[in-house]
Amino acid sequence: MSELCFDNVTVRYGRTTAVDGVSLTVPGGEVVGLVGESGSGKSTLARAAVGLAPLTSGRITLDGAPVPTRGRPRPLQMVFQDPYSSLDPRMTVGGSVAEAMPPGGTRAERRAEVERLLDLVHLDPVCADHVPSRLSGGQRQRVALARALAARPRVVIADEITSALDVSVQGAVLNLVRELQRELGLTILFISHNLAVVRYVASHVAVMRHGRVVEQGPTSRVLTAPDHDYTRELLAAVPGRTTRRSQP
Amino acid sequence: MQGRWSRVVRTPVGLTATVLVVAVVALACLGPVLWGAGADAVDTDDILAGPSAEHWAGTDNLGRDILLRTLVAARLSIVLALLAIAIAVVAGLLLGSAPFVLGRHAGRVVTAAVNIAVAFPGLLLALFFAVVFGAGATGAVLAIGLAGAPAFARLTQTLVAGVAARDYVAAAGMAGVGRIRILFRHVLPNIAEPLVVNTTIGAGNALLAFAGLSFLGLGVQSPSFDWGRLLYDGIGAIYVNAAAALTPGAAVLLAGLAFNLFGESVAKGLGVPVGVGPRARASAPPAPATAPEPAVRDEDVPEPSSDVVLDVRDLEVTFPGPAGPVRLVRGVSFEVRRGEAVGIVGESGSGKSMTALAITRLVADHGRVDASRLDLLGTDLLAPDTAVRRRMLGTSLAMVFQDPMTSFNPTRRIGAQLAEVATHHQGLTRREAMARAVDRLTAVRIPDADRRAGQYPHEFSGGMRQRAMIGMGLMGAPALIVADEPTTALDVTVQQQVLDLLGAIREADDVALVLISHDVTVVGEVCDRVLVMYAGRVVEDLPAADLATAARHPYSRALVDAVPDMSTDLTKPLATIPGRPVSPADAPPGCAYADRCPLADARCRTEDPPLVADSRRHRVACWHAGEPLPADLSADDLVETVESL
Repeated sequence: MSELCFDNVTVRYGRTTAVDGVSLTVPGGEVVGLVGESGSGKSTLARAAVGLAPLTSGRITLDGAPVPTRGRPRPLQMVFQDPYSSLDPRMTVGGSVAEAMPPGGTRAERRAEVERLLDLVHLDPVCADHVPSRLSGGQRQRVALARALAARPRVVIADEITSALDVSVQGAVLNLVRELQRELGLTILFISHNLAVVRYVASHVAVMRHGRVVEQGPTSRVLTAPDHDYTRELLAAVPGRTTRRSQP
Repeated sequence: MQGRWSRVVRTPVGLTATVLVVAVVALACLGPVLWGAGADAVDTDDILAGPSAEHWAGTDNLGRDILLRTLVAARLSIVLALLAIAIAVVAGLLLGSAPFVLGRHAGRVVTAAVNIAVAFPGLLLALFFAVVFGAGATGAVLAIGLAGAPAFARLTQTLVAGVAARDYVAAAGMAGVGRIRILFRHVLPNIAEPLVVNTTIGAGNALLAFAGLSFLGLGVQSPSFDWGRLLYDGIGAIYVNAAAALTPGAAVLLAGLAFNLFGESVAKGLGVPVGVGPRARASAPPAPATAPEPAVRDEDVPEPSSDVVLDVRDLEVTFPGPAGPVRLVRGVSFEVRRGEAVGIVGESGSGKSMTALAITRLVADHGRVDASRLDLLGTDLLAPDTAVRRRMLGTSLAMVFQDPMTSFNPTRRIGAQLAEVATHHQGLTRREAMARAVDRLTAVRIPDADRRAGQYPHEFSGGMRQRAMIGMGLMGAPALIVADEPTTALDVTVQQQVLDLLGAIREADDVALVLISHDVTVVGEVCDRVLVMYAGRVVEDLPAADLATAARHPYSRALVDAVPDMSTDLTKPLATIPGRPVSPADAPPGCAYADRCPLADARCRTEDPPLVADSRRHRVACWHAGEPLPADLSADDLVETVESL
């Protein structure tokens, strides 16, 4: 179980500050939800952690050491929002998963590992020989999860992984996230704009706005007794809490 | 891949081009073997002769047969052209992928250099290189090859940049795969098709350029000869023997045409069938269609009363598919009353958006819309278009699309785009229309509407743009607003503002609303009545207040249970729906949901249940409506159902 720590992280693109002095800890073995509107900097924070966005200042550490962003192994993996763009359309599912695995092992061992990973995310191992276009969005997102797990990560960042999925498969992916956290003791930073989804998977939650974390704490506390006005505003905006039907 | 190449050959143009290319290549291989001796046979008795039975295209100044020389010259011409294009492609690929491998800063230098090189006309570069390398075949090959390289480099660069931005490249990088390996494994295979196409077309152009250089005396030198050289020799005697110049000219023309046409048909045939997203999939049904089964007639639609705004009966939307027509909407009937809000929910591919497009008459041209009745305020929407009808539609029907980024013309000011509706449909002057536009923008709560009307769409935020879009619908006096996922692209807080606005408009003017959404919570919050669609049919039609508690169709119930809300039990796994949605293209003869339904039996698989009213204003299409679902699945069962997903 590893702890991911953002220490006063700032990311600037030219004159815009996407992330502004964010300090956030993802405790080992926990799921931390990160919520906020688009442009609040939550995705940039995630991309900075895996080296896809340049840090202007601050430190991102994994168990006290900086997160490696070159070579292998890569103990921090990310799952992307759009399962239609995150898998190479010309590579078999097995190939994509195997690519992320640490090098070494015989062909048979690697194949067995691919099948074990697909089984872990509840996909039929025969899928290993399929190309992504034969899979549904939900199945692709499972492959993306299996690929992230193939790198034997200590922490996984899930960036809006259910927002491109149909509601009927969103539930299955959320169940899977909870199961992986419970069974593998995985540390997960779960980014979403959907408070109901975050409430369901995360034990802690951080709220971002304009590049800053405005509130963080245990999910049960933040979502029932929020301290910050913006959190209250977000909570009030969750659909289904009011009704605007016409009067009969 | 096999199938797509055969698709290239199957079109008339593709077939012709393929035959031509094969013929040209065969000629290049066999020509010198068959006619090499004849082409070099000097006959001093018969020099500069015109066409005759013996020499079809006449002879040159040494009495050699021009037709045979043209046929023999094919090999050199083609080989040189292919060498030149090979140089162009290799140099182009190296330069074009360099920015990806080198990283941001060094990459920028390469990009700038390529951009400068692209600015020079190709022929000018070719002439420049030809002078540098000296006249002769080698020089000409290098010249044409290097002159073609910048354009290829530019193309490669653009394509590489497009693929490099995709998440799978980021994912491979995150797994620790090196840049060069990513280039060969993920990037190049995914840009191969446009490159192949451009290479083929480039080969044709290289052939022409070569003939040009040889014709100018900068290419192939005697005693070797290619088509350009023959053209150069023949042109001097054009008034004596026109065939001497026309024959090699025709050869250049034919071969060039062959390569270019082949490239074009390859481009057309190899359309990239890469999945891009659920919305794109929904509009392009790939699977074979079954024969249209007898439509299930939905019963018990009450006769329309006077306050009905929209009346839809037996709506069918059909698109041609590769294996016959595909019915995306299959017999949908409903009505919307004045001031009523009707929600349509369903997964992607359920036909909900197509229903909206059919109502607003925006179904693409090759789709067919049929209905026994499709009336808006008593006007038949299926009747032929007239000016009066267009005006009626333009002012009494408003449509709001999902993506506020693409629903405005980015080059025109917001105010002018709104005003256009009024000048076009209501005959207002430009000044009056502009005043109304500002008034409407105020009505949709755009602050400082006067100034905002003069701004361009990119100066508006997403939420403001969506409100302006609604404002555009309000330029007339709409009786019905059709909104297709109007808040899906917006943040939750902005979503609330837009929903508030739609609610206020409905209340103020008794406007009816058809709200299409995948989000059952949004629909439950806004609408009076909900239609649940599955595989192109309405499977349940019920009051929105009952959706969470009294839905009777197993699919509606599963849809509601699958979505977590702020009161979901955290100790239990979420309900899931096993299997995948049926594409309307291969809807089974029975109930389309049967394969995923825990209650399905033999009857469900053979007979499609009709949509029948089972209580006041509650219609459901299910043989087992309202029956209790099998007791809550244990965690183990759940894993099994999930596996089949």
